[in-house]
Amino acid sequence: MKALKFILILFTSGLLLQSCKSDKNTEVSQVFKCPMACEGDKTYSTSGNCAVCKMDLVAINETAKIIKNDDNISEESIFNLTSKWQTEENKTIELKALKGKTLVMVMIYTSCKAACPRLVADMRNIEAQLPPEKIKDIQFVLISIDPLTDTPKRLKSFAIENIMDGEQWMFLQGTESSVREFANVLSMKYKQISPIDFSHSNIISVFNPAGELIHQQEGLGVDNKETIETILKTVH
Amino acid sequence: MKNLTFRFLLVLLVVQTLAHSQSKGMVFIEGSRYIPLYGRDSTVVEVKNFEMDIYPVTNLEYLNFLKENPKWQKSNILKLFSDKSYLANWNSNLELKPTENLNSPATYISWYAAKAYCECQGKRLPTVDEWEYAAMADETTRDARVKPSFNKKILAWYEAPHSNEDTIGLHPKNVWGVYDLHGLVWEWTLDFNSVLITGESRKDVDKDSNLFCGSASLNATDLMNYAAFMRYAIRGSLKAKYAMKNLGFRCVKPVKN
Repeated sequence: MKALKFILILFTSGLLLQSCKSDKNTEVSQVFKCPMACEGDKTYSTSGNCAVCKMDLVAINETAKIIKNDDNISEESIFNLTSKWQTEENKTIELKALKGKTLVMVMIYTSCKAACPRLVADMRNIEAQLPPEKIKDIQFVLISIDPLTDTPKRLKSFAIENIMDGEQWMFLQGTESSVREFANVLSMKYKQISPIDFSHSNIISVFNPAGELIHQQEGLGVDNKETIETILKTVH
Repeated sequence: MKNLTFRFLLVLLVVQTLAHSQSKGMVFIEGSRYIPLYGRDSTVVEVKNFEMDIYPVTNLEYLNFLKENPKWQKSNILKLFSDKSYLANWNSNLELKPTENLNSPATYISWYAAKAYCECQGKRLPTVDEWEYAAMADETTRDARVKPSFNKKILAWYEAPHSNEDTIGLHPKNVWGVYDLHGLVWEWTLDFNSVLITGESRKDVDKDSNLFCGSASLNATDLMNYAAFMRYAIRGSLKAKYAMKNLGFRCVKPVKN
């Protein structure tokens, strides 16, 4: 009998787990209102026409205010992303943790032999041209597009090898899904072309301290002048 | 007692098979190795077994998703995840324009929204390789790309305007049992941003191209397949926040072996 019960529990819990994980605390309550306010603030629970002027009722969304972000970040900010990342120091963070600093970001992978060393060199070049007293307000972030290979440990040794182990440098490992999403935020393209190699676009992106994309530099070994000017404008 | 347990287990197994082996609204697609238009360095890609939605996601299904997930409604979606066209064919958060049909494919949807929809169903968007694999089948064969009539039919649709306003399931299903991969709308794929084609064709074949690392390895395997080439070109031009009139989506689910 016990075995029977056990199977039953297993089965039902399996069914329960399949249900959609929606944010139930933001239950929607759709309310409709006449656009001309013929009946003042009167609202309807279904769509249709206004009893007075016959115009189509419009929906007012009462949940809108609740859902809008609470941390004073804009809609375009990357701090809206809730994915979790591992740093080279093996800490788990959300991008929100980087709020308040100007972010200079690039996507690379450590086993890359072609363009990435040049991209990394571009990052170091940008860093070297900035006044040392400003560096504390800037975070240089290198995100791996190869999360299966680039573990925190590997990223850490890459950082040391390239003399990028200072506070201002950060390396992030995500998941295949979060990396794909973040690449889309940067309009960055990449494709795994063999077990160890990726094709990818070479883009360095600058975000202001509120997490909004303000500048992108495309290509390798290009003139950094504009990128540096943009960064300097964001730090005081 | 043991006998009873065994019988019960048997009943469960049958129920389990009915409920899970084929998810509702999905069909099983047996994986294989094939050569897509744009593959990896070895050109052959391997697609594992998966299940695919029989139809593209419809306006009605998307409406139900919006009811449960207000943050993806028209007035609530973050600018990070959409452009101005998001749900442009909707009057308000939960109401389609009267000209639209609930049984038409849901369009004007960004990649982020499509991805969230599938994840909410316990599914995900298909990869480019999976989508192309399922879409190379016609009504009778799994790989119909060699038939000139197959490509011709698809290209004829690409020329037909307003097909996004049609309802789902009007064309014959393919050999897997999947409808409307061609003939209705373009569809989002999970890794659409893995297509490295720039607007300028000369750049794409330039081995020294500064924009793309390793671009020399990307070559079309079958330039005769013009229909597929158009799909890749469109994927290459998309950004994840774009919402377009003739771009919808469907979901897939990996099958555990």
